[in-house]
Amino acid sequence: MPNLKELSKKKVRLTGGHRMCAGCGAPMVVNWILKALDDDVRAVISNATGCLEVSTCLYPYTSWKDSWIHTAFENAAATISGAEAAFKAMKRKGHIDGKYKFIAFGGDGGTYDIGLQSLSGAMERGHDMLYVCYDNGAYMNTGIQRSSATPYGADTTTSPAGKVKPGKEQFRKDLTEIMVAHHLPYVAQTVPVIPGTPYMFDLYNKAEKAFSIEGPKFMNVLTPCPRGWRIDTATELEVVKLAVETCFWPLYEVENGVYKINYIPKEKKPITEWLKAQGRFKHLLKPENEHIVQKIQEEVDRRWERLLYLAGVK
Amino acid sequence: MNNRKMNITNETTWRETTPGGVILDAGNAEDFKTGDWRAMRPVWYEDKCKHCLLCWVVCPDNSILVEDGKIKGFDYDHCKGCGVCTKQCKFGALDFVPEE
Repeated sequence: MPNLKELSKKKVRLTGGHRMCAGCGAPMVVNWILKALDDDVRAVISNATGCLEVSTCLYPYTSWKDSWIHTAFENAAATISGAEAAFKAMKRKGHIDGKYKFIAFGGDGGTYDIGLQSLSGAMERGHDMLYVCYDNGAYMNTGIQRSSATPYGADTTTSPAGKVKPGKEQFRKDLTEIMVAHHLPYVAQTVPVIPGTPYMFDLYNKAEKAFSIEGPKFMNVLTPCPRGWRIDTATELEVVKLAVETCFWPLYEVENGVYKINYIPKEKKPITEWLKAQGRFKHLLKPENEHIVQKIQEEVDRRWERLLYLAGVK
Repeated sequence: MNNRKMNITNETTWRETTPGGVILDAGNAEDFKTGDWRAMRPVWYEDKCKHCLLCWVVCPDNSILVEDGKIKGFDYDHCKGCGVCTKQCKFGALDFVPEE
């Protein structure tokens, strides 16, 4: 377990004063990804359009202590891959020296949907970079529109739940598996740091591991959005915990094609635990929508069983 | 206040802004106070605190001040009052009260 006292002495790379909502999960994720860097390492960060981008950098203020590039929705991965290639060329010519790490941050809209092709391209070209997707399950920045990461049945402004429709009618895209199919040296799926859980430092450990590996890396982090999930800010991490305990969001990593599940719940909780904790799924708990909950449970079970199989657990 | 390379105010004209919208002062968002967003306020009781740092771990606004591995208090200039920290404390050292 990492030593918190030592970690607290590391320099802060994302300052307060950003305009993310109170209780936003994204800065929690960024903080802990960047904590995995040694103090003498400089980060070069590109950020896809999204809450994190527009709220951490409102001219003339920035929360970032490292070099940070504001990019469009679709090209965070392309931008950082270019920066990495330029760095290599300059290093070869002796114009620059020192330790640098290249990181891209994107939300699920900028990663699952709009930025997918540039992400796929950068990963295929094999740049030495880490792409971190903070997946909060919708386009929260523009007012909660559904994305391909939005879970089945979620109420969003473009998949509203009403008398005719039960919210979003498609299952979420499994982006982590798409990245695994790129045969990268390292792909991981995780959650923010949640004190008191066996996987408290899963995010930190995976970031540290990712930074130690050369080549393209990808991390997918389920990130709470109190506004979009319709939850209380103070207890938001409890909700994320339920995503792990119900196996909606398994914690696993794939290193050079080898699967490893980092946490297997002793007793898998029913998916209703995860659903009933959030306002965006409230309508699913009505008796007439019981078949939808069952459908969601079956899909979660199917994906979990598949993962167990791939990891050689079953 | 820290020494800053930029001095952009409401009176600054567009001609005087930095080309390309570049921000020269890394981390200058510290100068922007978000503390007035708070509806609820975390209160820290030093005598009960065991300095386990679990509140500091979760703060999205880096508003829990730590020095030499010990909690020193809250940065109320930036704390937005989300209350995530108050739920982590096992020792009753953090209270969450309505802002006056």
